[in-house]
Parts: sequence; C-alpha cells; structure tokens
Amino acid sequence: MHEMSLAEGIRGIIVDAARRNNAPRITRVRVEIGRFAGVEKEALAFAFDVVMRGSPAEGAELVMIDLPGQALCFDCGEVVEIENRLDPCPACAGTRLMPQGGDDMRIKDLEVA
Amino acid sequence: MSQSRLIEIETGILSKNDRYAAANRTALADRGILAVNLVSSPGSGKTTLLCRTIEMLGNQPLAVIEGDQQTANDADRIRATGARAIQVNTGKGCHLDAHMVGHAMEHLDLAPASMLFIENVGNLVCPASFDLGEEAKIAILSVTEGEDKPLKYPDMFTAAKIALLNKIDLAPHCDVDLDLYEANLRRVNPTIEIIRTSARTGEGIEAWLGWLRDRLDARSRTKAAE
Ligand SMILES: Nc1nc2c(ncn2[C@@H]2O[C@H](COP(=O)(O)OP(=O)(O)O)[C@@H](O)[C@H]2O)c(=O)[nH]1
Ligand SMILES: [Mg+2]
Ligand SMILES: [Zn+2]
Repeated sequence: MHEMSLAEGIRGIIVDAARRNNAPRITRVRVEIGRFAGVEKEALAFAFDVVMRGSPAEGAELVMIDLPGQALCFDCGEVVEIENRLDPCPACAGTRLMPQGGDDMRIKDLEVA
Repeated sequence: MSQSRLIEIETGILSKNDRYAAANRTALADRGILAVNLVSSPGSGKTTLLCRTIEMLGNQPLAVIEGDQQTANDADRIRATGARAIQVNTGKGCHLDAHMVGHAMEHLDLAPASMLFIENVGNLVCPASFDLGEEAKIAILSVTEGEDKPLKYPDMFTAAKIALLNKIDLAPHCDVDLDLYEANLRRVNPTIEIIRTSARTGEGIEAWLGWLRDRLDARSRTKAAE
C-alpha cells in the first residue's frame, strides 16, 4: 500500500547519487526485494514510473531482484529457505517459523548516462 | 555522446526513515523513556485501550502521539483523560514515519522516565515496515476481526512483540475461538506474547500495565548502569 512512498524513497536516493556523480540521466535502477518485504511488485513498478516523471530518472528501467526468504524453524531449530511466508519447514514440516531477514529493500546500483 | 556507466548504491530504500528512527531511539534512551507503537486495523480498540491504560497508570508521566489520516478526534479523546497528546495527520499517508514522530517528540519535550504511546494509522499492512525508534510494536487484534487475520496479514504480527487480543468481553456473543486466535498468532510469530484484554471491562489490562512497567524499569536500569 505504501509503494508510492517507497518510490519516493528510491527517487531521493538515486537522484542524489546521480547528482554527486555528475550524471544527467538515470537509465536503469536495480533494486533487491526480500521475499518478506511485503512489496507488491506491480504496484511498485507503477509508482516508480509515476514518481520518476520530471526527474533525471524519468523513463528509467526498474529491475527488481528477488531475495529468498529465510526463517528459523522453532520445531527443528534450522534456518531454512521458504518461498511463501506460511510454508511449512522443508526440513521437518513444522509450522512455527520466524522470518530471519528477507524483508530487505535495497537499491543495488544505477546505470547512468 | 557520454557512455553509460554503473554506480554502486547498496542503500536501503528506507534508510532515511531508519536514520530518523535511530535518532529517536537515542533521544528516548538518553532520557530512559519507553516508547511503544500501537498497530492494528481501524476499530480494534487502540484509542479506547489507551484511555483506559492512561487512567489506570495514575501518576506515571506519559504522552501520546496520535496518527490518523484525518481529524483530531483521537487526540481529543486522549486529552479528555488529562494526558498530553499530539495529533499527526498523515493525509494520504498510510503510516507514521520516524520523521513525523521525531517532530512530535520535540514538541512534547518528554520528562525522563516517561512512557510514550504512539497510536499508528489504522492499517494492518504498511506500519509494519516503518521503524519509529520504538521499543516494541504492539499489535491489537479484536475478537470480532476473525481468527485468520494473523495468517492474512502476517508481517504486522511478525513485527510485533506483543499482541493484545482485545474486546474479549464480546467473545461469548460472537462465536469465536480465542485459542485459535492465539495459535494463529504463534504460527506467524512463535515468540509473540499474547495478553487477552477488554478495554471495556478492564480485564487483562493489569497484565498489560505490568508489561509496560517492567519495560520502563528495564530502561531506567540500563540508563543507571551507563
Ligand atoms: N465491547 C468492546 N468494545 C470495545 C473495546 N475496545 C474498544 N471498543 C469499541 O470499539 C470501537 C472502536 O474503538 P477505538 O478505540 O476507536 O478503535 P481504534 O480505531 O483502534 O482506535 C469503539 O466503539 C469502542 O468503544 C472492548 O474491549 N470491548
Ligand atoms: Mg484510534
Ligand atoms: Zn523445521
């Protein structure tokens, strides 16, 4: 629901970085999004296009890289990778899992011209 | 024609919020203040619970930051108890951020060893991602919302240290399974503490106050140990 403010956060960081690097135009932005970050990717793509208008990143390509979700299983004590938040533990089929990270939202790099 | 090149960034999208949150956390720790962030869907009983909490805390110095998209209704309800409150209207914003809270904290100029209650915008999704510098997020879930809500909105309940299962006075009237509520909360957050409360009858509020007092004591102990 807050993809608009995420896009604004991205704009602030990348426009700043482009300015510091004397780059007039940003052509591609790569972001890493954890499986459990709660980001609706389509909504972010839409918000990105809207928010970048009139900035050096207008028309830039947004590349979203998925990061896997990890969780600690309270039944077997293993840290396991899971696809969806409510998946059972792949090691022991336990259902009490606490996410460990996987909620990251990072800007990786920019391609500028 | 300039060539295209790559600039490494490696920065969190919410890094600006996180910097404000860290500053809030430091300012709170310096004065041994306990801040909690109340998160829930609209209508679960946050404001009612806060009013009751404030009345039962008696002389405890405290203040409230109220977040809503519109109106100052909730701050007015808090002030009616005699407590200090600041209303933050987020307009279209779906959550409070650390900058808004820092600003409100400056206005409140809290006394050492105060409690600061932050009532977030009623929303089970977005406030989960925004650190405000609080000690803990407190999720309020009322028994009329449905047992499956923790499974449908896991992020918020995962981010919370405690869940207050509120409106339990209504449980006998609405055919709900309180144990299933608790099982589903623990499914998405195996370490969550759960307190069953009724802001109406006062049931369970003492246990909640006990949690708050313990945390506040722990704060002043860490402060004294410095
Ligand atoms: N029966 C009952 N009603 C409650 C309880 N807590 C809150 N309410 C009612 O629920 C409605 C919404 O409460 P409010 O505090 O405004 O919820 P908020 O939106 O989370 O701040 C109000 O009509 C309250 O009187 C409770 O424990 N029991
Ligand atoms: Mg309220
Ligand atoms: Zn397991």
